[in-house]
Amino acid sequence: MIKNFLYSQKVAPYVFVLPFVLVFIIFWVYPLLSSFGMSFQKVTLGQEASFIGADNYTKLMGDTIFFKAVRNSAVYMILTLLILIPFPMLFAVLINSKAMWGREFFKSSFFFPALTSVVVAGTIFRLMFGEMEGSLINSILGVFGVEPIKFLKGQTTGFIALVALASWRWMGVNMLYFLSGLKNIPDDYYEAASIDGASAFQRFTRITIPLLKPTTIYVLTISIYAGLAMFIESMMLWNGNNSPKNIGLTIVGYLYRQGIEKNNLGYAAAVGIVLLIITMVINLTQLAFSGMFKKEED
Amino acid sequence: MNTGTLRKILLFAFFSVLCLLILVPFYAVTIASFKPGEDLIRYGLNLRFDLSAMSLDNFVFLFTGEHAYFTWFFNSLLLTVVQVVLTLLVSATVAYGFSAYEFRGKNLLFVCVLLIMMVPFEILLLPLYTLTFNMGLMNSYSAIILPGVASAATIFFFRQYLRGIPKEMIAAGRVDGANEYAIYVRLILPVMKPSFAAMAILNGMNSWNNFLWPFMVLSDENKYTLPIGLKTLLTPYGNNYDLLIVGSFFSILPILALFLGFQKYFIDGMTAGAVKG
Repeated sequence: MIKNFLYSQKVAPYVFVLPFVLVFIIFWVYPLLSSFGMSFQKVTLGQEASFIGADNYTKLMGDTIFFKAVRNSAVYMILTLLILIPFPMLFAVLINSKAMWGREFFKSSFFFPALTSVVVAGTIFRLMFGEMEGSLINSILGVFGVEPIKFLKGQTTGFIALVALASWRWMGVNMLYFLSGLKNIPDDYYEAASIDGASAFQRFTRITIPLLKPTTIYVLTISIYAGLAMFIESMMLWNGNNSPKNIGLTIVGYLYRQGIEKNNLGYAAAVGIVLLIITMVINLTQLAFSGMFKKEED
Repeated sequence: MNTGTLRKILLFAFFSVLCLLILVPFYAVTIASFKPGEDLIRYGLNLRFDLSAMSLDNFVFLFTGEHAYFTWFFNSLLLTVVQVVLTLLVSATVAYGFSAYEFRGKNLLFVCVLLIMMVPFEILLLPLYTLTFNMGLMNSYSAIILPGVASAATIFFFRQYLRGIPKEMIAAGRVDGANEYAIYVRLILPVMKPSFAAMAILNGMNSWNNFLWPFMVLSDENKYTLPIGLKTLLTPYGNNYDLLIVGSFFSILPILALFLGFQKYFIDGMTAGAVKG
C-alpha cells in the first residue's frame, strides 16, 4: 500500500522536492520568522526573552552608528557597481574581439583572484595597504614622491583599499559572465550593422549593450546583494570588527557586533530585518525597472 | 603595418598591463612566504626580490613545526568532500523533481528557490545561531553542512541543465516498467554527469573558502577549517606572520591546481546562472 502510494506519479515529485521543502522551512522560513519575532523582543542567549514592541526599531532609528553602517554598506555597494559592471563589460567585449592574442591565458589570469578565500585575500590586501613606507602600495606611491599613507586609518583611503579588494577578486568573474553573455549574440547582427555603416561605438551601444541586458541584470542583482551583505572583507582588512571611528563598519558587521559580540540578539535581529527590507526593495525595484518580471510571463 | 596588427598589439599590451596588476598580489605573497615574518612586520608586503633574505624556513616550519595547520587543512578537505557530495545529490534530486513533473505548488516552490538566491544569508545568522545552539549542534560539522544541502544556485543550475533532456526518455523508462525513482537513478543521473563536474568544482571552491558561518559554529581548535585557522593566527596581541603567509600561500595551491586542470568546469559553473539557456 505505502509502496504503491510513494511510487505513484502523483506523489513522486513531492518526494523528489521534499529535501528542498524541509531545508527551506527549517533553515529559511523558521529562522526568518523567528528573526522577525526576535526583533520585537529583548533576547539574550540563555535567558527568557521579553516582548518589547517596536522598541528595537525606534532605538535603531536614533542609532548614529547604525546609520554609519548603512551608509558604509550603501557607498561600498554603489562603488562596486560603478566599477564591477562597466569595466568587466568593456573588457569582455575587447577580449572577445576576433583579433586577440592570448585570450584564454588572460581569462584564466583574471579569474585567479576569485579562487582565494576572503581570509587570504583580505590578509594580502591588509598588508599591501599597510602604512609603512615599504608596503606595496606606499612604495609604489613613493616612486611618485607621495608620502606614505595610513590607508586603513582614514575613511576615504580605507574605502579605496576595500573597493580595490572587491575589484581585484570579482573583475574576472564578472568578465566571464559578460563573455558568456556575448556568446549568445549572433555574429550576423554585427556583420549586418557593419554593412549598414555602423561604427564600433554604435555597434557597442546599439547591439552589445541591449542584448547583454539579461547578463547585466544578473550581475547587477548579485552585486547589489554582495555589496549590501559585505562584512568579512572589512573584518579582514581591519583585523576585527572594530575599525577606527567605524570607518569599515557595515550593516552585517553591526548585526554581528550587536548579536554575537554584545549578545543583544533582539536588537541585532531588527538590524537584519532592516537589511532584508533594503535588499528586497532595491532588488525588486531594479528587476521591475528592467522589465524582468514581464519577461518571466511570456 | 596595417591597422589590424596595430590594434592587436595595443589590445595585447593593454591586457598584459591589467593582468600584471591582477597578478601582483600573488607575486607579493609568494615571495613573502620565503622571507622571515619580521621582514613583513618591518616593511609590509612588498615586491623586493632579495635572494639573500629568502629561505625555505617558513616551508620547513609549515611541514615540521608544531601547529595545527594540517589538522585544519584535512578538516577543510573532509568537510569540502562531504559537503559537495551531499549538496550535489540532494540538489540534483530536487532539480529533477522540478524539471520532470507538473505538480501542485511547483511554481510557488520554485519562486522560493529564486527568493533564496536574493535574500542575504547573513540576515539568518542570528536565528540560525540560536537554532544550532538549541539543537545542540554547536561545534559540529552537521551545523555547517545541513543549511546548504539543498543549495538554491545548484538546484537552479541542474534544472536548467535538465531542461535539455528529452521527456521521451522518461516516458520510455515508464513503458519499460521502471518506477519513478529507478528512472531517476538509472536513466537521468548518468546523463547528468557533465553537469555534476561543474557544480562539484564550484561548490567545492565555495566550501573550501567558506568562512563566516563555520567561524560562528566552530569553537574547538581541532575542528577548525583552514580559513578559520588562518584567521586565528591574526590576533589583537600579535600576528603569527611566519605561518600565516606561508599557510595562505599553500592554501591557494590545491584550488589553483584544480582550476588549471578543470578550467572549463569552473567557468561553466560560474556562468551558468547568468545566461538564459
